[in-house]
Amino acid sequence: MIEIQSIKKSFEEREVLKDISARFDNGQTNLIIGQSGSGKTVLMKCIVGLLTPTEGKILYDGRDFVAMKKKEKALLRREMGMIFQSAALFDSMSVLENVMFPLDMFSNMTLREREKRAQQCLDRVNLIDAQKKYPGEISGGMQKRVAIARAIALNPKYLFCDEPNSGLDPKTSLVIDALIHDITVEYQMTTIINTHDMNSVMGIGDSIIFIKEGHLEWRGDKTQVATSENQSLTDFIFASDLLKKARQAFV
Amino acid sequence: MAKVFSRPERLRMYLKQYIKEMQQLGVDSIGIVLMISFFIGAVICIQMKVNIQSPWMPRFTTGYTTREILLLEFSSSIMCLILAGKVGSNIASELGTMRVTQQIDALEIMGVNSASFLILPKIMGLLTMIPVLVTFSMAAGFGGAYAISFAGILTPEDLTYGLQHSFNQWFVWMSIIKSFFFAFIIASVSSFYGYTVEGGSVEVGKASTDSVVHCSMLILFADIFLTKLLS
Repeated sequence: MIEIQSIKKSFEEREVLKDISARFDNGQTNLIIGQSGSGKTVLMKCIVGLLTPTEGKILYDGRDFVAMKKKEKALLRREMGMIFQSAALFDSMSVLENVMFPLDMFSNMTLREREKRAQQCLDRVNLIDAQKKYPGEISGGMQKRVAIARAIALNPKYLFCDEPNSGLDPKTSLVIDALIHDITVEYQMTTIINTHDMNSVMGIGDSIIFIKEGHLEWRGDKTQVATSENQSLTDFIFASDLLKKARQAFV
Repeated sequence: MAKVFSRPERLRMYLKQYIKEMQQLGVDSIGIVLMISFFIGAVICIQMKVNIQSPWMPRFTTGYTTREILLLEFSSSIMCLILAGKVGSNIASELGTMRVTQQIDALEIMGVNSASFLILPKIMGLLTMIPVLVTFSMAAGFGGAYAISFAGILTPEDLTYGLQHSFNQWFVWMSIIKSFFFAFIIASVSSFYGYTVEGGSVEVGKASTDSVVHCSMLILFADIFLTKLLS
């Protein structure tokens, strides 16, 4: 479980995050949604430690990440997996080597064991046939799946996904969402997904927080989204006429 | 810098990176170093013969001056300026691209000291390979001079005598010592520009250009001090 308490983040005089508190439980997909520029990426970067919050606490199962020493942070990071918007695979390594990389760095397994584990992860994302290919030779959706395999290689307790569906077609997006959700339940991870994809919200939003202009505007789950009275949320989620009509019909 | 020179997390992976960098930055540069040095050695020899040699000077002057130019300046300083262009831009653009495509963030999230993992093997790789390249450059330069002598501009005997005349072994060591400093400048300055890129492809291109310009300037300044210090 990850808990954030009164997180504030400013860049010079501009306050990007304004006193955000939330709890992200394990075994479910926790979504952070919001418009571009609302501060959700900054919040994600604060949670994973790429940025330091100006104020507030980030608790990983009770351990305060902000107050930790460098070595403690490095150890905690080995319990994290992250899927970036651009997949962020290492260009110079093959798909198998990418997935093996965290194992090479941090496990004491033999080469054969590391290879076997990496192949298991690739098999889990249905990419075992692409193990010898390089990131430049596979599609965007496949790159995302390799990123998922790499993220789960060390059996992380915490999984972070920054807009995992960005740049993917709707069908592939559904595959990625289903995969992340299944893995979260299977490994009982605490998963936080940063997204503005409405299919993800309605499909895998076990817990959702909506950020608007740097503050927490709404929290709930996928079953509450359609019936929510929050005007900002409904304007954001049901932005198109088609979706507005669908919501009216549903309500 | 402290982050770069901190203790590696997994030595095996660092050694793997070190060997990869020696191959990518050093071995892959052997061809261009040999080619440039061969032709410059030949041109220096022709220029010395045409412009310096006269009936009033001994016949070995051409070989002697060619050797001094190659050993003292060309194979160390000028070759490192050329390598700053080839290797420096390669390092800056590689790290810059890794930064903008979030590959460096991915390393940090995993708990890897990205600065040390990416930069230290490059510095060590260049410190190992550039003195080797400088030695190859000297040999190729002399090869170029001999090629010209066999073409009939001067006799190989005169050239050989000139190359051996008043030979000071220290000049070779001076060249190699200078190359260590230049290797460090190329690897560290280019890595700094690449690693600290913010933005997109335009900034990566700018970082690559800036790294070459600053490496070249620093090499030229360092050359003055090192020449004065070691002469």
